Parts: sequence; structure tokens; C-alpha cells
Amino acid sequence: MTEITSLSLFELIKNIKEKKISSNEVTKSFIDRSEKSKKLNAYVTENFENCLKLSKEFDYKPNFDLKLPGIPIAVKDLFCTNEVRTTAGSNILNNFVPSYESTVTQNIWNEGGILLGKLNCDEFAMGSSNETSFFGNVQNPIAKNLVPGGSSGGSSSALAANLTPITIGTDTGGSIRQPASFTGTVGLKPTYGSCSRYGIVAFASSLDQAGPMSKDVKDSSILLEVISSFDKKDSTSIDFQRNNYSSELTRNIKGIKIGIPKEYRVDGMPSEIENLWKKGIEYAKDCGAEIIDISLPHTSYALPTYYIVAPAEASSNLARYDGVKYGLRSSGESLIDMYEKTRSEGFGEEVKRRIMIGTYVLSSGYYDAYYLKAQKVRQLIKKDFDEAYNKVDAILTPSTPSSAFKIGEKSNDPVSMYLNDIFTVPVNLAGLPAISIPAGTDKNNYPLGLQIIGKPFDEQTVLNIAYSMEEKINYKNNITDWWMK
Amino acid sequence: MDEIMSKNNPEYLIERNDNIYEVVIGLEVHAQVTSNSKLFSSSSTKFGAEPNTQVSLVDAAFPGMLPVINEYCVKQAIKTGIGLKAKINNKSVFDRKNYFYADLPQGYQISQYKYPIVGEGNIILDMPEGQKHVGIERLHLEQDAGKSIHDVDPSNTLVDLNRSGVALMEIVSKPDLRSPDEVNAYIKKLRSIMRYLGTCDGNMQEGSLRADVNVSVRIKGSTNLGTRCEIKNVNSIKFMQMAIIYEANRQVDLIEEGEEIDQETRLFDTKKNETRSMRSKEDAHDYRYFPDPDLLPLEITDDFIDQLKSEIPELPDDKKKRFIDEFKISPYEATILVSDIDTAKYFEEVVAKMGKNRDMKLAVNWITGELFAVLNNKNIEIAQSPISAKNLAKLINLIKNGTISGKIAKTIFELMLDGDIDPQIIVEEKGLKQQSDPKALEALIDKIINDNREKAIEYKQGKEKLFGFFVGQAMKASGGKANPQLINEILKKKL
Repeated sequence: MTEITSLSLFELIKNIKEKKISSNEVTKSFIDRSEKSKKLNAYVTENFENCLKLSKEFDYKPNFDLKLPGIPIAVKDLFCTNEVRTTAGSNILNNFVPSYESTVTQNIWNEGGILLGKLNCDEFAMGSSNETSFFGNVQNPIAKNLVPGGSSGGSSSALAANLTPITIGTDTGGSIRQPASFTGTVGLKPTYGSCSRYGIVAFASSLDQAGPMSKDVKDSSILLEVISSFDKKDSTSIDFQRNNYSSELTRNIKGIKIGIPKEYRVDGMPSEIENLWKKGIEYAKDCGAEIIDISLPHTSYALPTYYIVAPAEASSNLARYDGVKYGLRSSGESLIDMYEKTRSEGFGEEVKRRIMIGTYVLSSGYYDAYYLKAQKVRQLIKKDFDEAYNKVDAILTPSTPSSAFKIGEKSNDPVSMYLNDIFTVPVNLAGLPAISIPAGTDKNNYPLGLQIIGKPFDEQTVLNIAYSMEEKINYKNNITDWWMK
Repeated sequence: MDEIMSKNNPEYLIERNDNIYEVVIGLEVHAQVTSNSKLFSSSSTKFGAEPNTQVSLVDAAFPGMLPVINEYCVKQAIKTGIGLKAKINNKSVFDRKNYFYADLPQGYQISQYKYPIVGEGNIILDMPEGQKHVGIERLHLEQDAGKSIHDVDPSNTLVDLNRSGVALMEIVSKPDLRSPDEVNAYIKKLRSIMRYLGTCDGNMQEGSLRADVNVSVRIKGSTNLGTRCEIKNVNSIKFMQMAIIYEANRQVDLIEEGEEIDQETRLFDTKKNETRSMRSKEDAHDYRYFPDPDLLPLEITDDFIDQLKSEIPELPDDKKKRFIDEFKISPYEATILVSDIDTAKYFEEVVAKMGKNRDMKLAVNWITGELFAVLNNKNIEIAQSPISAKNLAKLINLIKNGTISGKIAKTIFELMLDGDIDPQIIVEEKGLKQQSDPKALEALIDKIINDNREKAIEYKQGKEKLFGFFVGQAMKASGGKANPQLINEILKKKL
């Protein structure tokens, strides 16, 4: 039999339901592999003992009607987990143990999932390489000293290295899709309002969305079904009819219209990305889709708009980390002194940079020129998509403008780091669902992803297109377990 | 100052070196919404609980916690808007007001900035010289902060978050007020309207009602507004008036000395009776307001507003009109009776219990006279009145139907205080029934005339003031129970 840890979620569920393997065996396998993979630095907090205990409990009294029967799952450390430390990758929450559970993780436990551990991420999800984490860099299992992407870098690394069968990330500007693309895995950002934000450490509230990360499209559909729910505790949660994403998953996409936006052919885009995109278009045609050229005229404004809106919200969202109530408190001679020391020591450089940007763009005298203007442009970007969707059912683009880069390569150049998000950010600004699927490799054999963007609440079409293209592309990661040697 | 307050000056004018200044006042009242739970969480709002016992994860701003609007508080704000005859906005937006303070857990206050839930309205003040309309600029909903306690621990500030997240209505008036008296009338009227509506209990001791007071001065007759100073967080009407008087005089002095007034925020020191600069305009916080992305805009349909309109009780102005029309009482009396909802309720209950032969004059006099005196003495509210409306109505009816005299009634009233005793029972037990039997009274008077023959003769010879002597003797002989009217009639006949 193939190694347990290399099975897909779907296969694991099947085997557990057929009693071919137990939850405890599965759990042990992933823990064993995780123990041998500490060099990847994917975990911030391990929950192995408790996970083993719960898996035994599951096996003692199994419930095979559940959607994730006894499946161990490690999650991004941005989700608050009851009685398990939650750091958001930050020193300021280094000692923070919530007394509550995020809705998304609760949905997973309700369906039989078991917490394996908390995965590394960029500090407060601000980053594209996992290099801003207080808990250190994460290795991409594809090759040594390669970033796993970010901010859900611990998640993408753990997933690609088979340390967890599936995982969840959060995506504010590409933080699920870009790391998925960098690690040859699948990552889905659902429509804004699909998954509750309750209990997720906030970065930029109007953009943040949780979503599944998996080894194949089917697994993402299973997990989306579990985590997408209407939640009264989140006022921006939307009460819409959710599909049975996994059972409605189909490769029949004949006649579906897929748009190709000309504005995504950006200057200086590597030819291998261009070629990947062309190949993707051919695959889509092979699947029976109709390809239509479209225009999203305000695309070039998306990145600057994002880097005003997201820091503005972040500067306010992070004001609560002040040393008064929980988390790190440095001693100071006065209240202001305590604030300054706590926040200086508690936050890293990138977080401070974004707090400064956000504070600046909201300041009186600058608000209209920056924040208000950005909100207007955001509406235009949304309108671009609305108009495109009069003609097409979905949009196909590359996920990222490059493959994974070396650790340290861009860490001193924020702007070139921000450019990583150029294809993913417009989707967050418009609140749309989008998936990244592995579609090929570059000259170094590093994975490259394609992005399929859907209409609001139409995750099913996004999944179906990805599911059928996935079969045609037939991508396989070539992971050598170099870190164990 | 006392002089000014007692004179009920229609205008508060300050004279200096032949210049006459008027003072221009606008109020930002912070009224705590009457609600069992907070604006964005389900924690209790009960006053006086142990510190930090009414704090949810949302109130303490734990990571990932999100605000969810309390519909009841929204209804309360809309009702208040209706009571202020104001425009209810179909769409309003919650903004974040960003600043750091130890008792502000989120690092921002959720408030409404550009788009408040309630727009322009007005309040009518009943001033001695007539009615005055005061414009309302807006009403918006916002969260209260917690409380920093500096005087318990010698080296630390302690924070109590029980108040954190409690719903407040900020009600902003136009700069239409011109005197400390008008401020007094404005706060009282606003409080009265909210108490009628049940949207704010108006309890100033518990901090349910506080105000920021904006004061400027200008030469009387000028139409330009002077530079204003804002006096923060004043929590009693008396302090508001004292602060205004101090501040207006300070500003006039500055102008007279040829100096500029700085636009600034000031604090009122109640011990020293003076205002002090807190921060200048240059030091003013930049609150970096922006729409709270955790909350959707508040959308209110006309149907929803109409439904709430249908739930609005009769408010003071309408009640006053009805009292005048229906009960034929004076506008002055009606104003007193409607000023507080519990007084109005009490009055209406007395009226109802008096039945067909009701005597409004007696009812008004007994409530605003004897009863108010007792309440004042005991320093209690009419809701805690030791005499129920039912028993006061009985007492009034006993006077009205001649069973007892007004004088005896006062004695009975005193006795009723001890446990709300039925006056009828007191009358019977103590034998205090008025003697209205003419034959018995004639006999009594005959005896008095007989015993005082000489005085009777003197009276007949023209010494008319002796009549009072005979009345007194008759009353005395009857133990005060004789019907005074009958005594008069019989004495006139017999003498």
C-alpha cells in the first residue's frame, strides 16, 4: 500500500470509512512524518499528543457519517483554537491561548476533524514568503532555501510535504493561492462572506477570507463544504444557498465560457508564465470550454489600491495589541511608554511598515487622496468583473508572476515582494472566489499555478473547471524529502 | 451666579465696558441607551456590578472577535429620533474612531461619523417668557469606553471594562441655546422625552446622561459665531451652568483685553469652579475615522420606521396640550405635571380614580403642593411615593364631597404617609368626619353665643372682626371637624 501520508483526503476518508485504516494509524503517520520534518519549520505549535488521544477516541466510537471522520488536520496559526496557543506568527501573541474557537475550525471539528497543530505564517498574514514570521522562515519542500509563499507558507509547506492531509489558510491578497502555486498544491479563496471570519485574527477585515488548501481539487471541494457556513457572529457573513460542492463536482464543463483578460499580460512577465497561460488555455479548450478575450481595464490599479485599503484596515485592527489585556506587555514608565515598548518589541518590521502606511493614508488631510480614492477604484475594479461576467462564466489567469524565489531574495525589497500579489489581489478587492491549481513547472522544475476566478458564490463552477483541467494537466509534484537526508 | 439662575433670565448677557455680550451654547449629550445588553455584544449593562464581570470577548477586543449590532439599541435610537421630530436616515454607517487609551480595548471606538442614524430635529422648551425651539443637528449611536481607575492602586491604573461597549446616543444640538437657564430647560426636556420613550433613564448620578458643552460669546446683535471652546464630559446640570458662566466670562475677559480665543477642549474643575485647557486645536487627536469593515451599513426601511412610530407613546408636548384641553388646567400646571413621565402617570391615575365628580384644581394642588413637598423632603421620586394615586384620589374625593375639610385632610394626609393607609379608614377610625349636620352645628353655635354674650353684643354693635373669633370657637368646639361653610352660614344667621 502507498504511504498513508501521500494519500489524498478523499482516499483517507474512503479507507477510514471502509475500516481499512484507523484514525489513530493515520494520525500516527502524519505525526511521524511531521517529527522528521522539523527542518521545514512548518509548525509553530504541535498538538500531537492531544491529536493522538482524540484519534483513539474516534476509533473507539467512530462516526462514519461525518465528512472528515477522524482526519488529523493542521491549520494556519491565524485561526483561534480553544486552549491551543494562537500566535498569528507574531511575538505580540507569543503567549496567547484563546478560550474560544473560530467558526471555521469549529466546523472542521464538528465534522470529525482533529487538530494536529498550528502552522507557521507571515506575521498577521502580512507577507508573501513566510519570512515575516516571528517563528522563522519556512522551507518549501520543493527545494532547499526556497520560500513556500505566504502568508499561508506553513500551510503550503506542510501540505506539499505530506505533514497534513489537508489544511486551511486565509487569503487577504493571495495568501492561499500564491503559496499553493509555489508548492504545487491547490488553494481556494471562497467568495467574501462564505466562510465566517469569527475567531480569525484579523488582518484586513474587508478582504480576509478563509479557504481550503489541498493536494487536489476534489479535496478542496470536500473541505469547502465543511467550512463554508452562514454565521450570525460575523456581520459580513452571507446567508446564501451553499452547494454540496464535493458531490456536485463534475468534469463536464462543456460550453462553459472562460475569459482571458488582456490586462494580465504584464510587462516583464517571464515567458514561462506566458507559456503556462497559453497551455492552460489549450487545456481549457480540450475540456470543452469556450475561450473569450475580455478586458478588465482597471487591473493595473489593483495593487496600489490594495496597498492602501489593506494597511488602513490593518492599522486599526492591530490597535488592540497594546499590552493591556493579553499578549506581550513590555514594562514602561507610563501608559504611552508601555504602548511604545510593547508594540516596538511585539511587532516585526513588515507589520510596522503596514501600520505606518495605514495610519498615514487614514490621516486627516490624506484620507480623501488615498483611502477614499482607493475605495472608489475598488468599486471600478469590481465593476470590471461584473461587466466581464456578462460575457463569461469564469476567468483564467496565471496565479503568480513568477515561481517560488529563494529565501532572502526579496526580503529587503518590499515593492518587489508586493508585486507577487499582482494577479491575486484584484480578486480580493472584488470579493470573488478563485482557485490556484498547479499547471506546470519553470526551468528549475519549480511549480507554477493557474488561477480560475469565478462569479460571486459560484465556487462550484470554479471547482468544476479546476477539476477538469487538473485531469488534463496531470501535474505531479516531485518531492525528494531532501530535508530528511 | 445664584441670582442669574433664580431670576430665570431669558437672556444671559455679560456687560463689560459698554459692550454687551451674549453667549452661544451647543450641547453634545451622551445618553446611555436603555437596553439589557451592549451595542455589539450580549453582555449585561446593569449598573454597579463588580468590576470586569460584564465583559464579553468582544468587549475586551480579543483577537478575531467581531461586533454584531444589537437591533434593540437601533430601535431605541430611532424611537428617540422620532421623539425629537427628527429625520430618520434609511442608511447610516458605523465608523471607527481610532485612538489609544487603556480603557479602550479595541484601540478604536465604533461610532457614526458622516452618516448618523438620525438627522435634524427639534425640541420645544417651555420658558417662562414663552416657548423656544432648539434645533437638533443629529443623533448617532456609539460605544462607551471602559473606566480607568487611578486612585485605588498607588502605582498602577486599573481598568474596569463593564461599561466598555455599552450603547450611547450622542445627541448634538445646534448652537441655539443662549443662557444657563435654557441649558437647564433643554437637558430636562430632552431627558423627559427619552424617559417617556423608555430609551434612556436619564440618571445623571449613574452617568447615563452627560454632555460636552460648546461655548462661545459674541457682541449682542452680531450674527457671526465666535470661536468656541468645548467643555468635556460634564455630568450635572448645575455643573454645566457653572461651567458656562465661568467660560463665557473668561472669553469675554479675553476679548476685552484684546486677546484671541483659542479653539480648544477644556475641562471643568468642579472644586475650583473653573475651566482649564485640556488640549488645543493643534494637539487635537486625529481620529482617522473610516467605515468599520466588520459592520455593514445600517439599512432601515420606511416600514420599520412606521412600525416604531406606531409604538411611540404620547410625548410631553402632546400630553400637555391634552391636559389643558381635557382637564382644563393651566398651561403652567400642565407643564409641571408632564415634565416627568412618572408625575404625569401619577396625575392621570389620580384623575381616573377620582371618578365622575373629579376636582382638577384639588388634584393639581395636592400633587404639586403637599405630595411634592413630601417627595422633596424625603428626596425620593414620585414612583416611590409613600401615598398611592388611588388613596390620594380618595382623599381628594372626601374633601370634594364635604366629608372632611381641607384642614382635616392635611392631618389625614400626614397619617396616610405611614404605609399608604386608606384615608376613609383614617376618617372612620379617628372619627374625623366633618360635621355637616345643621341641627347639631346650630346647637353648638347656640352654646358658644350663650357663653360669649358680651362679644356677641359687641359684634352686633359693629365690631365685625369678632366674627372670626366665633368661627374659631366653633371649629375648636367641634374638634376641627365642623364644616366651615355651614358654620359661617349659621353664625351669620344667629348673630
